[in-house]
Amino acid sequence: MNPSVDALRATFGTAIGRATVARDGETVVSVGAERLRDACQWLRDTPGQQYDYLVDLTAVEYRDRERPLEVVYFLRSLERRADLRVKVELDPAVDLAVDSVVSLWAGANWLEREVYDMFGITFRGHPDLRRILMWETYAEGYPLRKEFPLRGRFSRAEQVRQALAANPEAHYSLEELSIADAYQELPPDMKERLRNGERGDLPNSE
Amino acid sequence: MSKRTIEVELATPGVDARGQPTRVPLGVEAAPEPQLAGEHMLINLGPQHPATHGVLRLVVELDGETVVRVIPHLGYLHSGFEKLGEYRHYNQIIPLTDRTDYLAPMANNVGVALAAEKLMGIEITPRCVVLRVIACELSRIISHLVWLGTTSIDLGAFTPFLWAFQQRERVYNLQEMWTGARLTTSLTRVGGLMADIPNDFVTGLREFTRTFPKTLDEIDRVLTRNAVWAGRTQGVGVMSAAEAINYSLSGPMLRASGVPWDMRKDQPYLDYESYDFDVPVGTAGDVYDRYLVRLEECYQSNRILAQALERLPDGPINVDDPRVILPPKSRAMNDMEAMIYHFKQVMEGVKAPVGEAYVGIENPKGELGNYFVSDGTAKPVRWRIRPPAFINLASISKMAEGHLLSDLIAINASVDIVMGEVDR
Repeated sequence: MNPSVDALRATFGTAIGRATVARDGETVVSVGAERLRDACQWLRDTPGQQYDYLVDLTAVEYRDRERPLEVVYFLRSLERRADLRVKVELDPAVDLAVDSVVSLWAGANWLEREVYDMFGITFRGHPDLRRILMWETYAEGYPLRKEFPLRGRFSRAEQVRQALAANPEAHYSLEELSIADAYQELPPDMKERLRNGERGDLPNSE
Repeated sequence: MSKRTIEVELATPGVDARGQPTRVPLGVEAAPEPQLAGEHMLINLGPQHPATHGVLRLVVELDGETVVRVIPHLGYLHSGFEKLGEYRHYNQIIPLTDRTDYLAPMANNVGVALAAEKLMGIEITPRCVVLRVIACELSRIISHLVWLGTTSIDLGAFTPFLWAFQQRERVYNLQEMWTGARLTTSLTRVGGLMADIPNDFVTGLREFTRTFPKTLDEIDRVLTRNAVWAGRTQGVGVMSAAEAINYSLSGPMLRASGVPWDMRKDQPYLDYESYDFDVPVGTAGDVYDRYLVRLEECYQSNRILAQALERLPDGPINVDDPRVILPPKSRAMNDMEAMIYHFKQVMEGVKAPVGEAYVGIENPKGELGNYFVSDGTAKPVRWRIRPPAFINLASISKMAEGHLLSDLIAINASVDIVMGEVDR
């Protein structure tokens, strides 16, 4: 068992939950969602801990619907050559949100965006929480959730119809269009549609 | 100890191992930039663009020729491998990994097999360990050769591309000889390998390790002290050591910034601690140092290959466990017990115990992690790939902002992305 767990428990008390040793020998410690950012900051900055490197950040949903979702933080101290895995349990029935750690590790930026994209978990305080692998207007949900079917939610016909009906101007975000001053030159109705967040002109399904 | 040698050599200001200057002074003072500031312009780079190394799309805000902001758009090659993995047996996941980092498929196969074996607590045979080292190092060489070739083309040097791809072709022939495929190798199985090496393989590989460094020397001669190359790469896209750690960079990107971290040395797998090789570490953290690090890694991989050939033991390639390894077809057709095991494995797959395991290996692009969570069935609850190219690419905005548009091409090339892995 990694000695950081006892130190965490001494500092954060009841916010630290179960600690186990995984099958690969690494220690997995569970932290309450409300203290997660504090615990991560403490793990990064305290002498003797120095988990300065975020290896990975991901989420797990179990097939057992009773179990909460987990956000997993793989921490590493390059100096001490030690790894620690921190988990936060989130109940989808309550609120899928946890504080962002981008301010601690810049590498978490895209990783948190990916978890948001794939699992629908919100990271409070993230500077730019947008979908990253799926497109901005993807409406089928969160692909790595267990209730999401392997082939996607929409039928193939619907997916094709949406792709064909997509608005070509929508390849740029409003922010990007404002860079180019191209936004001013768009016809008023398109401006209005873009402002409403509409990205494709969907024909009525018959 | 041996790890530090290269670091010291690179750290000596201006001089490399052969006493040649590593930092080439530019002959002319950089001309002052013409004043083009004012109106900001939006440039769209990709997704179909030869310099974006795949379907990466960068929306670039320019002030004159200076990059103000880079907004990357990903996902054009998203294939949902992680989702698909949740519906596959552990052995059926291996073909998916061919298609993530498709420039180094064999190393990906090894990574996912190691993670599954860690989860199941399987010890692989000594011959399999050495063969997997050979697979990993061959992958490193071909991946770095593609990087060298395409980056030199991006920066205007065509010849090294041809030389690099010629050598890559030789490795591909070996790969084809071993696995029957040039790209979709699917080399490993949980607990072993798909096939042992064929008869001529050792001779072919020995010949390759003997002659390959000559090409590297030639590339080194053409590029390392080339004023155009140095001018395009030195001081471009600098990441300090602290920034590199903060941005979770890994592999050559991390080491070029002066952080001596290599999974093969620091968290050894496949007995890498018993091989004699050096880990090159840069000082400046710019595109030029990334080039130096990758070039030197090719030499070092070649050394490891030679040592692996020396020590290659005889013996089986698969563990002796009928629950994990398929029996040979002849036995499955003639022996009742073997047929039952064959049936159970094909129909039910290999069951993993409840738990989770993460294994990180030093892939050509950086640390490739495979994270399995199992609920005791034959299919993982969650299969996560830690994609080194994706995480390295996340720093591109930080690196490129403030540089010229042409430097953005050099910086993007220096990340060594492969979109199959970035988008998965």
